[in-house]
Amino acid sequence: MNLNQSAPPVPPFGQPQPAYLGHHQSSYGGQPGSTTAPTSYGAYNGPVPGYQQTPPPGVSRAPPSSGAPPASTAQGPCGQTAYGQFGQGDVQNGPSSTVQMQRLPGYQPFGSAVLAPVVSQPAVLQPYGPPPTSAQVTAQLAGMQISGAVAPASPPSGLGYGPPTSLASASGSFPNSGLYGSYPQGQAPPLGQAQGHPGAQPPQRSVPPQASSFTPPASGGPRMPSMTGPLLPGQSFGGPPVSQPNHVSSPAPQVLPPGTQMTGPPGPPPPPMHSSQQPGYQLQQNGSYGPTRGPQSNYGSPYPGAAAFGSQPGPPQPLPPKRLDPDAIPSPIQVIEDDRNNRGSEPFVTGVRGQVPPLVTTNFLVKDQGNASPRYIRCTSYNIPCTSDMAKQAQVPLAAVIKPLARLPPEEASPYVVDHGESGPLRCNRCKAYMCPFMQFVEGGRRFQCCFCSCINDVPPQYFQHLDHTGKRVDAYDRPELSLGSYEFLATVDYCKNNKFPSPPAFIFMIDVSYNAIRSGLVRLLCEELKSLLDFLPREGGAEESAVRVGFVTYNKVLHFYNVKSSLAQPQMMVVSDVGDMFVPLLDGFLVNVNESQAVITSLLDQIPEMFADTRETETVFAPVIQAGMEALKAAECAGKLFLFHTSLPIAEAPGKLKNRDDRKLINTDKEKTLFQPQTGAYQTLAKECVAQGCCVDLFLFPNQYVDVATLSVVPQLTGGSVYKYACFQVENDQERFLSDLRRDVQKVVGFDAVMRVRTSTGIRAVDFFGAFYMSNTTDVELAGLDGDKTVTVEFKHDDRLNEESGALLQCALLYTSCAGQRRLRIHNLALNCCTQLADLYRNCETDTLINYMAKFAYRGVLNSPVKTVRDTLITQCAQILACYRKNCASPSSAGQLILPECMKLLPVYLNCVLKSDVLQPGAEVTTDDRAYVRQLVTSMDVAETNVFFYPRLLPLTKSPIENTTEPPAVRASDERLSNGDIYLLENGLNLFLWVGASVQQGVVQSLFGVSSFSQITSGLSVLPVLDNLLSKKVRGLIDSLRAQRSRYMKLIVVKQEDKLETLFKHFLVEDKSLSGGASYVDFLCHMHKEIRQLLS
Amino acid sequence: MATYLEFIQQNEERDGVRFSWNVWPSSRLEATRMVVPLACILTPLKERPDLPPVQYEPVLCSRPTCKAILNPLCQVDYRAKLWACNFCFQRNQFPPAYAGISEVNQPAELMPQFSTVEYVIQRGAQSPLIFLYVVDTCLEEDDLQALKESLQMSLSLLPPDAMVGLITFGRMVQVHELSCEGISKSYVFRGTKDLTAKQIQDMLGLTKPAMPVHPAHPAQPQEHPSISSRFLQPIHKIDMNLTDLLGELQRDPWPVPQGKRPLRSTGVALSIAVGLLEGTFPNTGARIMLFVGGPPTQGPGMVVGDELKVPIRSWHDIEKDNARFMKKATKHYEMLANRAAANGHCVDIYACALDQTGLLEMKCCTNLTGGHMVMGDSFNTSLFKQTFQRIFSKDFNGNFRMAFGATLEVKTSRELKVAGAIGPCVSLNVKGPCVSENELGVGGTSQWKICGLDPTSTLGIYFEVVNQHNAPIPQGGRGAIQFVTHYQHSSTQRRIRATTIARNWADAQSQLKHIEAAFDQEAAAVLMARLGVFRAESEEGPDVLRWLDRQLIRLCQKFGQYTKEDPSSFRLSDSFSLYPQFMFHLRRSPFLQVFNNSPDESSYYRHHFARQDLTQSLIMIQPILYSYSFHGPPEPVLLDSSSILADRILLMDTFFQIVIYLGETIAQWQKAGYQDMPEYENFKHLLQAPLDDAQEILHARFPMPRYVSTEHGGSQARFLLSKVNPSQTHNNLYAWGQETGAPILTDDVSLQVFMDHLKKLAVSSAC
Repeated sequence: MNLNQSAPPVPPFGQPQPAYLGHHQSSYGGQPGSTTAPTSYGAYNGPVPGYQQTPPPGVSRAPPSSGAPPASTAQGPCGQTAYGQFGQGDVQNGPSSTVQMQRLPGYQPFGSAVLAPVVSQPAVLQPYGPPPTSAQVTAQLAGMQISGAVAPASPPSGLGYGPPTSLASASGSFPNSGLYGSYPQGQAPPLGQAQGHPGAQPPQRSVPPQASSFTPPASGGPRMPSMTGPLLPGQSFGGPPVSQPNHVSSPAPQVLPPGTQMTGPPGPPPPPMHSSQQPGYQLQQNGSYGPTRGPQSNYGSPYPGAAAFGSQPGPPQPLPPKRLDPDAIPSPIQVIEDDRNNRGSEPFVTGVRGQVPPLVTTNFLVKDQGNASPRYIRCTSYNIPCTSDMAKQAQVPLAAVIKPLARLPPEEASPYVVDHGESGPLRCNRCKAYMCPFMQFVEGGRRFQCCFCSCINDVPPQYFQHLDHTGKRVDAYDRPELSLGSYEFLATVDYCKNNKFPSPPAFIFMIDVSYNAIRSGLVRLLCEELKSLLDFLPREGGAEESAVRVGFVTYNKVLHFYNVKSSLAQPQMMVVSDVGDMFVPLLDGFLVNVNESQAVITSLLDQIPEMFADTRETETVFAPVIQAGMEALKAAECAGKLFLFHTSLPIAEAPGKLKNRDDRKLINTDKEKTLFQPQTGAYQTLAKECVAQGCCVDLFLFPNQYVDVATLSVVPQLTGGSVYKYACFQVENDQERFLSDLRRDVQKVVGFDAVMRVRTSTGIRAVDFFGAFYMSNTTDVELAGLDGDKTVTVEFKHDDRLNEESGALLQCALLYTSCAGQRRLRIHNLALNCCTQLADLYRNCETDTLINYMAKFAYRGVLNSPVKTVRDTLITQCAQILACYRKNCASPSSAGQLILPECMKLLPVYLNCVLKSDVLQPGAEVTTDDRAYVRQLVTSMDVAETNVFFYPRLLPLTKSPIENTTEPPAVRASDERLSNGDIYLLENGLNLFLWVGASVQQGVVQSLFGVSSFSQITSGLSVLPVLDNLLSKKVRGLIDSLRAQRSRYMKLIVVKQEDKLETLFKHFLVEDKSLSGGASYVDFLCHMHKEIRQLLS
Repeated sequence: MATYLEFIQQNEERDGVRFSWNVWPSSRLEATRMVVPLACILTPLKERPDLPPVQYEPVLCSRPTCKAILNPLCQVDYRAKLWACNFCFQRNQFPPAYAGISEVNQPAELMPQFSTVEYVIQRGAQSPLIFLYVVDTCLEEDDLQALKESLQMSLSLLPPDAMVGLITFGRMVQVHELSCEGISKSYVFRGTKDLTAKQIQDMLGLTKPAMPVHPAHPAQPQEHPSISSRFLQPIHKIDMNLTDLLGELQRDPWPVPQGKRPLRSTGVALSIAVGLLEGTFPNTGARIMLFVGGPPTQGPGMVVGDELKVPIRSWHDIEKDNARFMKKATKHYEMLANRAAANGHCVDIYACALDQTGLLEMKCCTNLTGGHMVMGDSFNTSLFKQTFQRIFSKDFNGNFRMAFGATLEVKTSRELKVAGAIGPCVSLNVKGPCVSENELGVGGTSQWKICGLDPTSTLGIYFEVVNQHNAPIPQGGRGAIQFVTHYQHSSTQRRIRATTIARNWADAQSQLKHIEAAFDQEAAAVLMARLGVFRAESEEGPDVLRWLDRQLIRLCQKFGQYTKEDPSSFRLSDSFSLYPQFMFHLRRSPFLQVFNNSPDESSYYRHHFARQDLTQSLIMIQPILYSYSFHGPPEPVLLDSSSILADRILLMDTFFQIVIYLGETIAQWQKAGYQDMPEYENFKHLLQAPLDDAQEILHARFPMPRYVSTEHGGSQARFLLSKVNPSQTHNNLYAWGQETGAPILTDDVSLQVFMDHLKKLAVSSAC
């Protein structure tokens, strides 16, 4: 992004804003990328031209403004080069067409369109096809640039980002920038406006060419409807929402006052301060935005760059003060929407190497044609630098997020099971890779060459098949392992522990029956639920009854085991008080088949709450409980899962005894890391034993106070289990959430006693792993249990040169025991491209995955380093990534421009969310336990989860007509997007809020809450009344469907505007400045820009 | 002599006491020359149906170091209402309650026939009887079933207010909670871990729980059933519950791999039982009944590993120091036994298995606490079932024949000191003026604890005459001894039984004849045997035999009449005549001979030998043999191979076995079925007669003897052949002619040879 500031004067913000707008637009443009995109771009370009015409949009900018403007420039360049053209040329449509084409290749197109543009474009071009004004295209690229600068130059591009406000500029710029849209240089505004509009329109991309400028709408037209709309209003932008992916633009509309835009900015931010400073700026001033960074100006700057604008800027500058227009900076919402629109309609076919899949937020089907579905594996980049030097230069982490047992939508077939008979799966003799579609059969099919290590292996006679004229085996399509990306092998006895086929796994329910648990009603509730839940244990395929056996333990300071053998009239309780040296007191009758022992189990579950009703025991143990479960499984010689229901800090005298060490004073000190570290090493040791036994631990916590989640979660974490935490559990309020989680957890399909190994073709190698598992060596990921929600993130490093032709291959092999006790191997294969041009890398990145990796990396980092260091590392890395791009792929722009690669234009906003998260920047109300809890949750999240977790979805409920049954389009998570006449839902995968504006129509209140006025709504309500009206049904239906999408039940909290709960709610408006000191999106963007500039200089 | 026999018998009946010497040598020197120490066999609780307990407390001598009980031997000044203690000569006032006494109005304890008086103490809380069952579940199915039935049966025999508890064990140890409704609950312990008493009590929740603060229920005077109540409950409350619990007992469910023994945590189970009682009922009579079906194979107290290929230790291993677990296990059980004894709890062991079960290591548990030791092949035999039932037999008053937590105190007049005791007791380490420095048996104390005893429990008490040679005792002086036994009667009363006896002194030089005539050779044999067996526990077998031989020779030298160097001249008086023969059989007995016996069997035999009364002890030393024939009524015959004749039926009682042996001819007749023919009804009767007699013995004896019915040439005939004096062996067979009995294939010496050697040595001046 460039914030350029065209108007130097103006404090960063000011300009920025404009820029933003611009960006938005551009964004749009970007979006358009999707379809319209092209046009949009065009539009942009258009604008650009329009604007200044001068520069070939983008390009010019760059130069112009001192960098700042660059944005545009950047864009310009990019755009031009790459895209630019796209934008233009194809522009909109073009894109469509072309783009699509291109896309085919890889999404990139789009992406690129947007951000990419810049870089990619060149390459890509596709998108827009150069045709149109290349400039514009560039612009797009530039899009990013926010800067007003753009304006001038940029105008074309209008980095989307930019400074929304500055619509104008933005527009102008943006447009170009398209991508950037967002950025738009705030400053640009002035120009922006001009541009902006244009740009804005552009957003639509539609606008193809410059003309686009406003007209764009037209162009925009394509997708734009909305866009246009907006535009109009907003002056150009407006509508944009849609617009480009990149950006945010959409918002632009707001910006409306394009003209004003500038104005908008005003307030902003002080940040400017910096800006001002920056001399260099001047141009940049916009840059100023960036709150500070002079550089940032880029943002705005584009404009600056605007030098062109120059003049304009000038004026703007005045405005300068403005801050970046939020609408002008890249909007996650827009990107998501665009991707949905562009890629949600047709299936994703995995046949081609190195394709970037649709975003996780997009609903798409996958056709496995040789590579694993993105549901199983997602990579940060689908194009890997050929050399480690390149990789180092780019600083883009090479990582894959693997979810080996991911659940598939019903339309997609689960992996085929292949049985290679007694000899077991066919593997390479040297590297032990499993047969896969990439293996090359030679010598008429008598041998095959391993695609990972190049070793030539003999084909066993029973596996021999002739090759056809293309060298393919004739039976390739009859064999899943030769034609699909994912499949399973039946394992032979060689793959089993002790060379014995495993017995079916067991579930052991271990229930805390201390005073707290009894008093809260937990025990009664749980026992009641288990009675019915046990009929739904996971079963395999069409099995009539589950093979899983169950056992029960209750505990406080001592453990109570139960003999529930079917032949008994009454269950028998066996108390083990020797918690120092735990053992399992019985063998026969502890683990039983649910059906056979139904009566005894029911009797037991009836009696447990009664038996302990009068308990006064408040102390509990913890480690011995796990130990007991593990020993029980060991005695039964099977793998399994423990469900622990625990309430308090285990202070009873026993191994694993903990003390309360919660100390908020440690926050922000070097000792803060100790809060995340376990108190004692005992739990690691225990976890290790559990893993060896295939004992997975799921922990349900019901704390009333500090329980030291950091320590208690060690075992679940290392055994592939889950932790659920229900603070201050009360049956009335929390039962729904708990029971729902419990049901889901008990019923979900799990693989036990698993070992995962990731093999790679020569040149790269898996070096680091993140997730809930244990590793005893450097290559094997050991998972006592693995379910469909658990994800392992793997980082790769080069150890040699890669070859562009052969690409890079990944094979993830997971050996596990199914819940019926069958030993299996699940194989996922993925082929990636390799590149010698950095631009290719940046064009094939996936920001969501990147964020997933970076969050996990950071969350692990807090264990060993001060939080501040971790945050700085993240920022630095991000800056380096973007700077490298800027330097190598978007050179033509001015330094003041913030130019973001299309694929990564959301990186700053998302990264900011990570930085602001509770773990890295705790607010006053966040407890140590909460932080530890979140930390471990994130560790095994997949990309979709981290995406929504860090950037919550905010859905307006009353904006669209009631009849409209589809999910309403989300809005950006910012206070500014809330209107007090509406109701919003916010969810992040863990929490669900219903925010009610103070001036919501009475009718709405009535139909939703059944009360007559806003003031009568109970704050903190967790259940909506069931009312028979359209709105109520719709909202409840929506809530249900949101819950269904998440792996954990989200408890609803109704928040009234101006209510005290609102603070809590606002914590999730991640684009805003947070109470705990987290930067707002705009501020952060500026900061990032400054960092980049520093790196570049 | 007859008078002495009568005197002895009378004393035994009245006081349950028999002395080796009934006239005592008056000086230390002379006493040591008597060879057989001055000692007595005491049956503290001998049944005295004719002796109703008095319902008041004894009057004690006021001297703090004496505290002897007023007895008929005391001099009483009826006028001054004073009495003089006959042990310390302290003059004491009678308590106010005795104000009315006079020569004609004497309290019972002053009447001469009441040398033994039983007092009932009214003070103090009465504690219930406590029975804690500790049951091995590593049994065969039918064994376990039989045991369960026996246990259930025993519940019906207990008084309703008796407290019972149940611990079961196998690989783990389970302490069953008996109070809960619904779910049966038990506390489980690892069988491999040695826990301290405190740990056990903590884990069982017996320590006072820190009362959690309950704001909700302030000071709710919740009925706090005494903490122990969870594990020990009055039988009437949980009768059904416990019966069901026993019924549901399962075999230890842990799989026993091929070639392994089941893991049996006897050591820990017992430790928990002891710890449980220790924590809940210290110093209260209680009986821990341990039922085992095999050796402890893990944890503290393990006797053998679980590998079947490694057999359990034999005497051979022990001699070679090859029994790797023995010392440690023994130590463990000794520690437990001492703890139990200190708290007045007794431990019974009922071991039923074909192989050894570790009685050797565990013996101290019963030996130190006065518990029963029963050994059988299976719980599913009448031997066990009836023996077990007999534990709960009742006396004519309907009280159990068992008493708990007894202390035996011995007081002597000043010429005597107590050297020690041998029997089911532990020392209480009470030093006093009457404690000798020389120890015989368990010494160094004047008080012993006997945690469990019954009317037949008998101790040997050894004394030392300390009167110096130069301080002659006045003519007619008598030495006195008082035995005071405090105990908890099975009716839960505390009682004291006091027995006071006196014997004349005699100067060994001038009155040796008197002393000689007052020798009780039966008592002496038993007392010497006890000493020998006691030594055998800690010394090598041959050493003990040598010691016994030496004592015998010295005795013969001292009291025999002979011409030096002329063995044929050797004669012993009647009062000594049987003694050498007892010694001969004692040397051959399983108490001293371990050959052919497993260490467990030896321990078992020795256990019983150390607690049975004189008659039974003599039977053990020298089994009784009866012969049945057409020639007349059954007659006792010599325990000699010459008594084994073809036309006789023999009945041998060795205490541990009852053997019925059919002579060759009889056996042939029986095979031919003559007994079924009406014309040979007399034969039928002949066959029946020993069976009836055997039944009688079987019914009277505890523990039930093993019943063996065999015949000439039968494999079980070895029981008989190993006991009889091998007067005819394959070595001298032809010399003796074939018709007079059955030759024994042995190299053991016969009584004849033994006597010949004895005479030779006795008359020899060499030693």
